[in-house]
Amino acid sequence: MSVSVLIPSALRAFVDRKSEIEAEGATVGEALAHVAAQYPDLKHQIYEDDTKLRGFVNVFVDGTNIKKLNGLETPVAAGATVMIVPAIAGGY
Amino acid sequence: MKSGKTVFETVGGTPLLKLPAISRELDGVELYAKAEYFNPTGSVKDRAAKAMILDGIARGALTHDKTIIDATSGNTGIAYAALGAALGYKVTLCLPANATEERKKLMRLYGAEIIETDPLESSDGAYNECRRLVAEHPDKYFYPDQYNNDANWKAHFEGTAREIWEQTDYHVTHFVAGTGTSGTFMGTSRGLKHLNPEIKSVLMQPDSPFHGLEGMKHMASTIHPGFFDESIADLKLEVSTDEAYAMTRRLVREEAVLVGISSGANVAAALKLAKTLPKGSVVVTILCDNGNRYLSGEFWEA
Repeated sequence: MSVSVLIPSALRAFVDRKSEIEAEGATVGEALAHVAAQYPDLKHQIYEDDTKLRGFVNVFVDGTNIKKLNGLETPVAAGATVMIVPAIAGGY
Repeated sequence: MKSGKTVFETVGGTPLLKLPAISRELDGVELYAKAEYFNPTGSVKDRAAKAMILDGIARGALTHDKTIIDATSGNTGIAYAALGAALGYKVTLCLPANATEERKKLMRLYGAEIIETDPLESSDGAYNECRRLVAEHPDKYFYPDQYNNDANWKAHFEGTAREIWEQTDYHVTHFVAGTGTSGTFMGTSRGLKHLNPEIKSVLMQPDSPFHGLEGMKHMASTIHPGFFDESIADLKLEVSTDEAYAMTRRLVREEAVLVGISSGANVAAALKLAKTLPKGSVVVTILCDNGNRYLSGEFWEA
């Protein structure tokens, strides 16, 4: 299942300046792991350990925060949009 | 009889706090924190917002037919909204859509209009959208532009720096702070060095472009504020989000100081620095804002 992972500007330095990456996976966790496997520096930025995201990282699937869904187990349909943003806006 | 103050008049003049529990780790070095969360809307940004509004009025740029507009991720927006309400000005704020609900709610309570911008672009996105709106409707808005307005840092040159100087009985040796617009860091550093050129200025920076230090800008990877001049820093210290979270929890549990994550980051950097300094050094940092603005944050639980 192919989904689009949207990368915030603060993380683009770790993914060859890409703003969007195609990923495979049936869940949010699988899709993110697929991206993280291609970009180890990105993995370091968003994961606390092999399975858990860092506390301030929020992930949205088609506009809904996965914390309100099923976390990393949330299923993703083909063509879904997965967005990574910090839990805060940063920089006033 | 004339007594009492307006909200506008209560900005600044904040206490300088001792941190006795955290300071037990130090030997002969004093550590203090300027409690900016005592400002009327609960953050250091009241100083800059007040200064920029007064400057706009004095220059004739801010009149009652204008709406105050700026880009913010939170505290400056809340300060504009409150001070605008107190003086009868309309306020429009551009902020990233991922700003916390508490913040958006506070801004709306004070009557401000919010324009949400692309969360992927963070504060730079809000900044660019604000500039676009102002260019499109130049007559409608008063745009202080907190990132490029000298009244921002001058508020700290004249206020924060002098207060720290007097509150430490002229003994401060080191000033530590992070940067958003860099107004607090630039103005206070310049002000203190003007009072005593021997005072060292230490720049706290997030250890990565992608971080959880709300309000803090990672200068190496974002648009530089016009008045930011890194050469004023004598030293740069990096703090990780986890270190900042841990210190923010310590501050409330050990010192009864309930503040936000950027304050935790500042104190973490100040403590790191203080441990390396000779006896007799006096380190001052900034407690940027009130922690009750972050109660929905999960980091309190660890």
